[in-house]
Amino acid sequence: MRTSEPTRRQTLGMLTAAPLLGMPAIARGATQGRVVIVGGGFGGATCARYLRRMAPGLSVTLVERNPHFVTCPFSNLVLGGLLGIESITHSYDGLRRDGVEVVQANVEAIDPAGRELRLTGGDRLGYDRLVVSPGIDLIMEAIDGYDEAAAERMPHAWQAGSQTLLLRRQLEAMEDGGVFVMAIPQTPYRCPPGPYERASLIANYFRTHKPRSKILLLDDKDQFSKQGLFQEGWAQLYGDMIEWLPFGQTGGLIAVDPDTGVLQTEFDTHRADVANVIPPQRAGRIVHDAGLTEGGQWCRVDPRSFESVVAEGVHVLGDAVIAGAMPKSGFSAGTQAMVCARAIAALFAGESLAEPSFVNTCYSLVGPDYGITVADVFRIGPEGSIVAVQGAGGVSPMGADPEFRLREARYARGWYTSITQDIYG
Amino acid sequence: MSNLAARPPAATTRPLQVPALVLVAAACLPVAASAGDAVRGAVLAAPCASCHGTDGHSPGEIPSIAGMTPEDLSRAMLDFRSGARPATVMNRIARGYDEPEIAAIVAYFATKAQ
Ligand SMILES: Cc1cc2nc3c(=O)[nH]c(=O)nc-3n(C[C@H](O)[C@H](O)[C@H](O)COP(=O)(O)OP(=O)(O)OC[C@H]3O[C@@H](n4cnc5c(N)ncnc54)[C@H](O)[C@@H]3O)c2cc1C
Repeated sequence: MRTSEPTRRQTLGMLTAAPLLGMPAIARGATQGRVVIVGGGFGGATCARYLRRMAPGLSVTLVERNPHFVTCPFSNLVLGGLLGIESITHSYDGLRRDGVEVVQANVEAIDPAGRELRLTGGDRLGYDRLVVSPGIDLIMEAIDGYDEAAAERMPHAWQAGSQTLLLRRQLEAMEDGGVFVMAIPQTPYRCPPGPYERASLIANYFRTHKPRSKILLLDDKDQFSKQGLFQEGWAQLYGDMIEWLPFGQTGGLIAVDPDTGVLQTEFDTHRADVANVIPPQRAGRIVHDAGLTEGGQWCRVDPRSFESVVAEGVHVLGDAVIAGAMPKSGFSAGTQAMVCARAIAALFAGESLAEPSFVNTCYSLVGPDYGITVADVFRIGPEGSIVAVQGAGGVSPMGADPEFRLREARYARGWYTSITQDIYG
Repeated sequence: MSNLAARPPAATTRPLQVPALVLVAAACLPVAASAGDAVRGAVLAAPCASCHGTDGHSPGEIPSIAGMTPEDLSRAMLDFRSGARPATVMNRIARGYDEPEIAAIVAYFATKAQ
């Protein structure tokens, strides 16, 4: 287990930090150490909130490039016309009220040796401990013909916000009888069941508004999360509207052409009226630039503290890390952040790290009143990586009655309300 | 809480990591557990907030934990775990904790209620 001594660093951090960004004098005077968090999504914002709850003596600064956070969770409900984007947009005022200093800026570079960040515009920000939860970057170059410009015509909508609204507008504009094609990457990617929930809620929209339309899923894998449950629900709710083509039948996506709406797989060519291209993913750019991915796609961390295995004093959370058996979800990022916050509080207090425990529950809506889940409890296994507790967890039962599915749909909404309140409320 | 002590130990899936003392402490709630036990309870209970709300106060459709008596919370978790109480997801989650861990979680929420 890694330990470090915050006291010496603390002084350094304070010296560099104080003159650079205007911190309130009270925070500056009272602080027992300075934690800076990059990324105000599920991992970063949870960590900020819980650090304030667990260690009020620490100063906590959150650096986020966007003025609001638009959640990917429930963005599929926006695509399906069930919610407006404002319902999934959260302000950082709740965090501010809790004493988190929220800085709206893009982090350009991390200097782990100097314990300093460089922001766009040149400002520098020092820290005693840094937490980075930057989410994902899309590997657009993995698909011929796909780039930022192509994404304006064949949206990925895998980072919520303008991309979500763009895809929604395209779905609204599509004629009845049109074909919606979604290209789905191999694992690991953020939210393993996300594409199938999306297909479901778009099918729900088509069924009520454009019933002759079709949905074609070009999958780069041969099986998917909660597959039996999704397919059972699709047959019940949407008949044969959704067609899923596994890797074995497509040979994988090769290229797209936004001009003609064509998606080309190894074995075939498909024309889309609306195309949603979800590229493969890697950790957000900032951690690659800082050397935290060791040349790979994701970061390795100590699962007791989420401290990087290559950079002392830098913790990485959420989608950007390999966290053993935990899927890349907002729920996972949040429980990792709770463990990380507790570890940081302990490190500053000179206490030993607690043995962590994690949970993930991914709710998916197959229809507005039809919810399914996969849940797991995780601990550190004998090999030192995060493993699911045997005998626990798993997916909702197959063949459950409508009442059961309705309850899980209600709880899905309850989960969203609870987690976003806990973080941003 | 007598049902807690009387219940035969269900098959544990991992070696017990929490001393049996915690079980006893929780059985005579409310009792101030040791600092280590309190941390253990807080760690185990933390993820509950993501569905059941901050400190178990649910703002939405998922039932609150806050407001349950320690006896009710303990019985609910043990019954979810054994399958005696029907559930959507809590049975799958409760099986991830052994009895001393459930006692530590219950003790944690008892401190929140004070
Ligand atoms: C369609 C869809 C549906 C989903 N549904 C669910 C669900 O139902 N349940 C669930 O648990 N999960 C769901 N997820 C997954 C969830 O969105 C992610 O796992 C979660 O957001 C990961 O949290 P994070 O903190 O790692 O990254 P994010 O939440 O993406 O946060 C990263 C933040 O960092 C900021 N940032 C990055 N780099 C910089 C920089 N250099 N400077 C400043 N700021 C920066 C970004 O702007 C962003 O706000 C879904 C995902 C998708 C795509």
